[in-house]
Amino acid sequence: MLLRAIADLDPNLGEIKLGDHQREELSAPDWRKLAGYLPAEAFWWDDLVSAHFQFDASEQVTSLGLPANILDRQIYRLSTGERQRLALIRLLQNKPALLLLDEPTASLDPASVEKSEALINQYRQEQGASVIWVSHDQQQLARIAHSKMRIEEGMVLMKDQA
Amino acid sequence: MILLDAWDLGLAALLVLSLGFVSWRLRLGITSQILIAALRTVIQLLLIGLILKTLFGHVDLLWVALIAVIMVLVAGREIHARQTRRFRGWWGFGMGTVSMFISSFVVAILALVVLVQADPWYHPRYAIPLLGMIMGNSMTGVSLAMDRLTHGIWQQRSQIEARLILGHSWNQAAEQIQREAMRSGMMPMINAMAAAGIVSLPGMMTGQILAGSSPVEAVKYQILVMFLITAGAGFGTLAVVRVGTGRLFDDRHRLRLDRLKNIGQNGN
Repeated sequence: MLLRAIADLDPNLGEIKLGDHQREELSAPDWRKLAGYLPAEAFWWDDLVSAHFQFDASEQVTSLGLPANILDRQIYRLSTGERQRLALIRLLQNKPALLLLDEPTASLDPASVEKSEALINQYRQEQGASVIWVSHDQQQLARIAHSKMRIEEGMVLMKDQA
Repeated sequence: MILLDAWDLGLAALLVLSLGFVSWRLRLGITSQILIAALRTVIQLLLIGLILKTLFGHVDLLWVALIAVIMVLVAGREIHARQTRRFRGWWGFGMGTVSMFISSFVVAILALVVLVQADPWYHPRYAIPLLGMIMGNSMTGVSLAMDRLTHGIWQQRSQIEARLILGHSWNQAAEQIQREAMRSGMMPMINAMAAAGIVSLPGMMTGQILAGSSPVEAVKYQILVMFLITAGAGFGTLAVVRVGTGRLFDDRHRLRLDRLKNIGQNGN
């Protein structure tokens, strides 16, 4: 819910600033390109995988351990894990300055989790982006997080710098 | 021209009654609907016949306008009633009515002033039947398109939101559904034009021929009416899809399905 509110998908109160941009100064589509939200479940509007990508994605596809020809396949024939990784690549093509990730590796095997984490980390360093990463996996949080926030029943319980 | 008497109509009514009887024996559960609809036909048509007769006696723009406004309002209500997922508040009724008004009124007035050129241009003998035919068909197109639109957006809400998340505008995110809705609204008229004269003889033309007009004159009028209907229904469909889609998103390009009414558990 918090991530959806930041991405301005539900009516919400509050102000957000990203770099020099106040959210309301930007049009909603421009804001969402800047604050890239990756929902837990990704949806696809075309049958063909490649129709969802603005640029050639073959390099990122292979770096996540997916076959290069996956771009020519039909969406409905892919597994949940394959879709989850493709959704991440689809999002990164917008070059967002802030990543809002909701369990981005939930349906992946350990090897793929590692590759996804590496890709996100690499993106963060290259683009100077910030990442808000929602995860229930304590070990993953320990690996990737710089600061943690624990939310229980709508209350921020604990905040600490790693 | 051969005039019909009560005996002729009574015989025809007997046919409908026997259909009602057979459906009752077959337990179709629509016997009362058949009878009520038949009764409505009789009463409504007799009424409009009387009204038109009076109207032809006193040609007055005000009366013609009043009838036209009533027709538009009833059509708007009818469109609203045919929706499975309705817009909340006045929007459902208002959008249907306004798009009917724009399409049918503009096309009808254009035809009356520029093409038919009766004296005066609003003479009810031409104005009311023309408007009625354009409106009846636009109503079908507009309500089909609106139903298709709300249904499609509801069904594909996740896909639409996925596109919004990636920074597509509301117009891009719903482009496929808008096109489908526009197409489905125009389909009936395209079919009618394609089948005219071969599969079906249009009712208006048939009526003129039965009433003793020369077939060629009747055909010319029918072509005119078909084109007017197509334009009216088409532009009405485009308008309602555009406005309706806009209503389902807000100024921050959020999908706002809360602007549709819920339709209970069995509605999915």
